[in-house]
Amino acid sequence: MAELGIDRLPGRQGVWVALCGNARVWGGGGVVGLFALIALFAPVLAPQDPLWQDLMLYQMPPAWLPGSEPGYWLGTDSLGRDLLSRLIHGTQVALIVAVVAAGAAGALGVLLGLMAGYFGGWVDALISRLIDVWVAFPPVLLSIVLVAVLGAGLHSVIIAIAVIDWTRFARVVRAEVLVQKEQDYVASAVTIGLGRWRILFGEVLPNVAPLVLVLFTMEMAIAVIVETILSFVGLSVASDRPTWGGMIAEGRQVIYEAPWMMLMPIGCLIALVLALNALGDGLKTALDPVLRR
Amino acid sequence: MSLDPVLAVEDLWVELGPLDLLRGVSLSVAAGQVAGLVGESGAGKSMIGRSILGLLPTGARVSQGSIRFRGRELVGLPIRAHRDLLGRGMTLIPQDPMTSLNPVHRIGRHMLDVLRLRMGLDRTTARTRALALLDEVHIRDPEAVLMRYPHELSGGMRQRVLIAMAFACEPALIVADEPTTALDVTVQRQILRLIKELQVHHGTAILFVTHDLGVVAKICDTVTVLHSGRVLEQGPVADALGAPQHAYTQALLAATPRYDRPADTLHPVPAPLTEALRVEATALRRGG
Repeated sequence: MAELGIDRLPGRQGVWVALCGNARVWGGGGVVGLFALIALFAPVLAPQDPLWQDLMLYQMPPAWLPGSEPGYWLGTDSLGRDLLSRLIHGTQVALIVAVVAAGAAGALGVLLGLMAGYFGGWVDALISRLIDVWVAFPPVLLSIVLVAVLGAGLHSVIIAIAVIDWTRFARVVRAEVLVQKEQDYVASAVTIGLGRWRILFGEVLPNVAPLVLVLFTMEMAIAVIVETILSFVGLSVASDRPTWGGMIAEGRQVIYEAPWMMLMPIGCLIALVLALNALGDGLKTALDPVLRR
Repeated sequence: MSLDPVLAVEDLWVELGPLDLLRGVSLSVAAGQVAGLVGESGAGKSMIGRSILGLLPTGARVSQGSIRFRGRELVGLPIRAHRDLLGRGMTLIPQDPMTSLNPVHRIGRHMLDVLRLRMGLDRTTARTRALALLDEVHIRDPEAVLMRYPHELSGGMRQRVLIAMAFACEPALIVADEPTTALDVTVQRQILRLIKELQVHHGTAILFVTHDLGVVAKICDTVTVLHSGRVLEQGPVADALGAPQHAYTQALLAATPRYDRPADTLHPVPAPLTEALRVEATALRRGG
């Protein structure tokens, strides 16, 4: 009498199949993973001390151009510091900011978005108006003002990004929660006797999690760009720590004599941001059918 | 009946903004009985169920009347106290088994949550009980089903799980909100038989919401016919369906296919009749 309808893949294997079959997840994830490994093992990978200056070897071209210096594969900057080592250490800063800032923005935004969507009423009104006011500020300007007030440093960059960009998460999560809370499983959870916070975090949040993951990936890309902008104008970490933005600023001054100095950090920036966006895009298409099943 | 009914709804009015969704509905469900509630879509069937369970959609509220559950007034009860009645007191078999289970949790999590939260069982006892319940709803290999995600089960299987969850806490009253509508016909029959079987075995009172008179005839003891939020006909199934008094019930019966009657004698419910009923209903005003 019982009709067993178990025809699909057991457990969550279906999701993994969808993820692995997606070229963007593969490609984007691969490149992001590579950058992550470089950041993680920066001290081991960097051939030179990124701060060590050799004024006799300033503005050396990369290895494939004439007049290059052995041991300096990507050449040196105006102070004779190894560009490859500086790029590698700059990756560390970029990725720390990307993960921590996107994580903080996500945590704040998801919490407020969940509350606004689920509780509705004055909670929703308050949070939604707050979001409206927030997005009315030009983000780059606001971040520069924030960092100027907080003082330069990695923590200020992270705080600035989190404080500005939580709205991206909050808006999308709120909208999705509005859909999810009308689903019958929420009514079932109420009849079962789960409390509202338990329903919010145990029942609704897992259903918006794929969406949050996609937003998080996209936010990492934005955080990398913002960090580069801030370090370009000298508002990020202290100047003795190599950053991509700082390198672009330094390279800008000698763009006619040594264009590679500016092009290389820009190339890294583009590669990482493209990879993060591709990964986010791939995740979105791979996870969506699961979300809507 | 000398016994107090499990559920007694009296002159219930529910409004959503300026709109009256229910207009003075009265009905009762006696212990161990199945009370049918029929009507076309929009008649307010589900609203009655939701009012009883305290799960009215945002904006809708009871404006007048009384809902007494085991002698206790539910209208005006604080939401928390009302929610505390759910599970062990009364519960719901939802309409759509596809959406009523959280897609991200395994069946085991759903069942264990009910048993632990509502019955206060510990993990091991709850698990044993869950297996027994799944067995009771004729699910083969309950161990494996506990490990499944909802989307891995068929609609009929999921409805069985939801039925098991409803009976898990031995509630006095179950509101079954069109529990077979989302299923195909052969599965419908099995599910109906299962609900009836468990109902008899546990002696539970059921308010059975449906739009299908055939279903009512099969499993209900009494029936209430609803239109535009008010009761048109009420009584034991044999009387109400055997010798319907109201023109609308007669029209509904004439529109219901039966095995002993060829299909060409079916008559749609005449539009002027429903229109007249709607006008009549809108003219109703709340009394004091």
